[in-house]
Amino acid sequence: MPLSNSPGVSDARDLIVVGAGVVGAACAYYAARSGLTVTVLDRGPVAGGTTGAGEGNLLVSDKEPGPELELALLSSRLWQELAEELPAGIEYEAKGGLVVASDAAGTAALRKFAAAQAEAGVTAEEVPADRLHDLEPHLAPGLGGGFHYPQDAQVQPALAAAHLLRASGARVRTGEEVTAVLTGAHGEVRGVRTTAGDLHAPHVVNAAGTWGGDVARLAGAHLPVLPRRGFVLVTEPLPRVVRHKVYAADYVADVASGSAALQTSAVVEGTPAGPVLIGASRERVGFDRTLSVEVLRRLAAQATELFPVLAKVRAIRTYAGFRPYLPDHLPAIGPDPRVPGLLHACGHEGAGIGLAPATGALIAAALTGRQPPVPLAPFRPDRFGPDRFGSDRFGSA
Amino acid sequence: MPGSPSEPHEPSEPYEPSEPYESAAPYEPSEPYDLAVIGAGPAGLAGAVTACELGLSVAVLDAAPQTGGQYFRHPAPGLGAARPQALHHDWSEFTALRGRFEASGVTHLPHHHVWTVRPPDGDGIWTVHALTGPDAHGGTPARVRARTILLATGAYERQLPFPGWTLPGVIGAGGAQAMLKSGLVLPGRRIVVAGSGPLLLAVASSLAAAGARVPAVVEASGYLGYARRPYALAAGPHKLLEAAVHGSALLRHRTPLRTRSAVTEAHGTDRVEAVTVSRLDRAWRPVPGTGRRIACDALAVGHGLVPQTELATGLGCATRRTPDGTHALALDALQESSVPGLWAAGETGGTGGWDLARTEGELAGIAVAARLRGLPALTRSRRARALARRRDRLRAFADVMAAAHAPGPGWTAWLPDDTDVCRCEEVTAGSIRGAAGALGARDARTVKLLTRAGMGWCQGRMCGAAVACLAAEGGRGGGRGDGAGGGAEGGTAQGTVPPSAERRPLAVPVPLGALADLPEESGRPGPPTDGPTADG
Ligand SMILES: Cc1cc2nc3c(=O)[nH]c(=O)nc-3n(C[C@H](O)[C@H](O)[C@H](O)COP(=O)(O)OP(=O)(O)OC[C@H]3O[C@@H](n4cnc5c(N)ncnc54)[C@H](O)[C@@H]3O)c2cc1C
Ligand SMILES: Cc1cc2nc3c(=O)[nH]c(=O)nc-3n(C[C@H](O)[C@H](O)[C@H](O)COP(=O)(O)OP(=O)(O)OC[C@H]3O[C@@H](n4cnc5c(N)ncnc54)[C@H](O)[C@@H]3O)c2cc1C
Repeated sequence: MPLSNSPGVSDARDLIVVGAGVVGAACAYYAARSGLTVTVLDRGPVAGGTTGAGEGNLLVSDKEPGPELELALLSSRLWQELAEELPAGIEYEAKGGLVVASDAAGTAALRKFAAAQAEAGVTAEEVPADRLHDLEPHLAPGLGGGFHYPQDAQVQPALAAAHLLRASGARVRTGEEVTAVLTGAHGEVRGVRTTAGDLHAPHVVNAAGTWGGDVARLAGAHLPVLPRRGFVLVTEPLPRVVRHKVYAADYVADVASGSAALQTSAVVEGTPAGPVLIGASRERVGFDRTLSVEVLRRLAAQATELFPVLAKVRAIRTYAGFRPYLPDHLPAIGPDPRVPGLLHACGHEGAGIGLAPATGALIAAALTGRQPPVPLAPFRPDRFGPDRFGSDRFGSA
Repeated sequence: MPGSPSEPHEPSEPYEPSEPYESAAPYEPSEPYDLAVIGAGPAGLAGAVTACELGLSVAVLDAAPQTGGQYFRHPAPGLGAARPQALHHDWSEFTALRGRFEASGVTHLPHHHVWTVRPPDGDGIWTVHALTGPDAHGGTPARVRARTILLATGAYERQLPFPGWTLPGVIGAGGAQAMLKSGLVLPGRRIVVAGSGPLLLAVASSLAAAGARVPAVVEASGYLGYARRPYALAAGPHKLLEAAVHGSALLRHRTPLRTRSAVTEAHGTDRVEAVTVSRLDRAWRPVPGTGRRIACDALAVGHGLVPQTELATGLGCATRRTPDGTHALALDALQESSVPGLWAAGETGGTGGWDLARTEGELAGIAVAARLRGLPALTRSRRARALARRRDRLRAFADVMAAAHAPGPGWTAWLPDDTDVCRCEEVTAGSIRGAAGALGARDARTVKLLTRAGMGWCQGRMCGAAVACLAAEGGRGGGRGDGAGGGAEGGTAQGTVPPSAERRPLAVPVPLGALADLPEESGRPGPPTDGPTADG
């Protein structure tokens, strides 16, 4: 804790970011680059939330055309820039993704999906069944075909967050919990109260991830962020057995919502350090961290179906995290019209690592009055209304 | 690598794992036992025998081929060793326990490597998931179901790294003793024994008794801690007696005991050839200029034991901090953990020697039988009360010893930046200090995320203690600037940050094929899974 802050009041100048996960780190980075003075607060350590339990896939391949894909494409370009600006320690790898289908019908569905993505700016190259093994020599025989997505990349999330924070030059105060949002006479934000005292600033960014709903509530705003558990399986270190991010996808029509969705299996990928990562599951079970043997069975079954050679390989660990999700599966990004001075940057569900830079850029643009690089409207934080409980009215998963 | 092409350049090297996983016939789970005991050391054996004698059906699972656990290891029958008792002055007590065990109706499941224990969901039945086979490698999955669990998985040795600790010939003190007991082989001819804790004397005397020359026993603490707690000392006469036995054995072999000293470096190129022993101050900081070289061809080193609790912490069992800075399971007066239905005994509740382990095991066996048979009076019997008193005395003594041998905060002064701390992932002290400084890590988990220390094969069992200390130091030391330097500022700042409780959801590595072959559980009531998706 800083000397100036032995319980009392201090001034953070321009901006307080609540949350030292990858999203908070990206907000701090882009805000600082826009000339703002930033303080980042976290009740735990850097990357101690979902960022430390995520996988670091930067995917465009899994997203259908729409606002999230736009954000992902912007982020994809920003991650490439960041890979030049930040130390190699973030382990950025533009390794590309390979999405495979089990049969000809599945391949046809993928083809249709990829065509729509291509119109939105995604590069996808069809890989006929007999060429799959050029890309992935250990892939199971007999698959229908696939698509190669060269824009899919990866970073090591915790290192990316730590290096973004460091490069931002922001003051980082860990082990300090925000317990109140301070407001002025007209309800405008004046700073935050933490376990170490009051900190003043005209702007506060809520980058509290899965706990973003709680921080919003401190400011009197409703934001229904909920946890969605995911497990990742990690194998013993291997020589390069898996080269891309590989997953199986079949196109299924979700009758209820009328929209089409990809039904996908676990992403299997190698890492620079050697282990293969297999992830991740999705369950709505609150914050229950206990191991689910059934989830591990499914992850292992899907991975070994794609790569039979992995059956002999041992998993040495598994970990769980809690994705921050909002009912319509889009993050909340931008100023909260209900509370002047409060901005939100949370609720990125299973794509927060990928979407972090674009989110940071949008927040920085909003703070400095610049034109946002992509439209903010779909991410409006007040789109769920003021009601505290009627959250899941979209009725979706 | 920034900007690297998505197509890898390396030629495709065919990958073949060393040993195959053979998909097995689906395993039919057994009828539920009343009690499943994990660990066949003194605690597990005593618990199993007691529960069985009180009318329960009991299974004991252990990774090892034989009963006895860490201490009562003995050569495999094939080795034809005539006198295992030569290495155990309490061998007869063990054989008596083993005899009762063999005569009882307990089902012994050797070669069962337990990787997780799942709590009952509605049906009141626990599931113990294991891999069977000599070394878990390529093992086939097995499930044992039971109404209650007794966790008696013992402890593993704590290591504090120093330059040269990865040289061949440097081995754990417990490992040296295990080698000797189970294979009757010595790790060298001239063996320095170093570290801290009462076990060092035991190790040194068995090595000496087996014919090795032990040029020094190097103990980091001063043994003075014992004397300050005369009450607890008086309560542990058995221990004292044992120390005296070891002490006289050492005297007979003319082995000098150097207290307040540590091996601060091991020398050698292909193998350890000598060690530097330095004096330590009260905080365990080496005193400059006191280093002395001692020639040797092996070093047996260890700093006490760390309770092996991951099967329980994975179930949410509460832990307590032991006086020597490890985490042990928090247990009630009848050895039950904070998760009802799961009892623990022996080193899982804190180290304390085999007598304490078997006392706790017996008490737990009574408590389980009392619960399942609806006979609470069993726990108030004279036998149970005597066991509880004995347990309390031995535990108090163990805590005094643990406090006396707790690592001082200054030990990291003997650890230069270029020494590997995590040997699985080859992470140096310098990179851990870097993560704890500039990148703002303050605890072992964050260091692990930022450096990979503890992510490798041993899952931090070797480096966990050291990483936690280095991370905590980062919070007190440098890296506090703000502005351009962008340092993160201290977390829990003052004092030593406690190591985080062990979290290893997989207690042993499991082949993916074995996981994939598990029976589907979809029919069971449980959390809804939406299935994996592509976000990772
Ligand atoms: C298993 C799994 C796999 C995933 N894989 C991927 C992937 O491959 N690619 C991808 O893009 N995404 C992935 N994700 C999702 C991704 O991890 C998240 O979307 C992302 O980490 C969210 O980052 P964040 O910064 O918003 O939240 P967090 O990292 O959770 O950060 C929020 C921070 O706010 C702090 N905080 C909360 N409340 C307070 C308070 N009151 N005061 C102070 N601090 C507070 C918390 O301590 C926390 O550190 C995965 C998630 C899981 C669980
Ligand atoms: C070097 C050394 C010297 C010692 N000297 C003495 C001495 O002189 N006097 C004394 O009283 N005590 C001594 N001890 C301590 C003694 O070993 C312990 O107090 C005693 O063994 C504890 O018994 P336990 O039943 O708790 O655990 P252990 O004896 O350690 O038994 C645990 C058992 O659990 C099994 N196990 C662990 N995990 C799993 C898993 N996941 N799946 C399946 N099985 C598993 C192990 O294979 C092991 O057999 C010494 C210990 C060491 C290491």
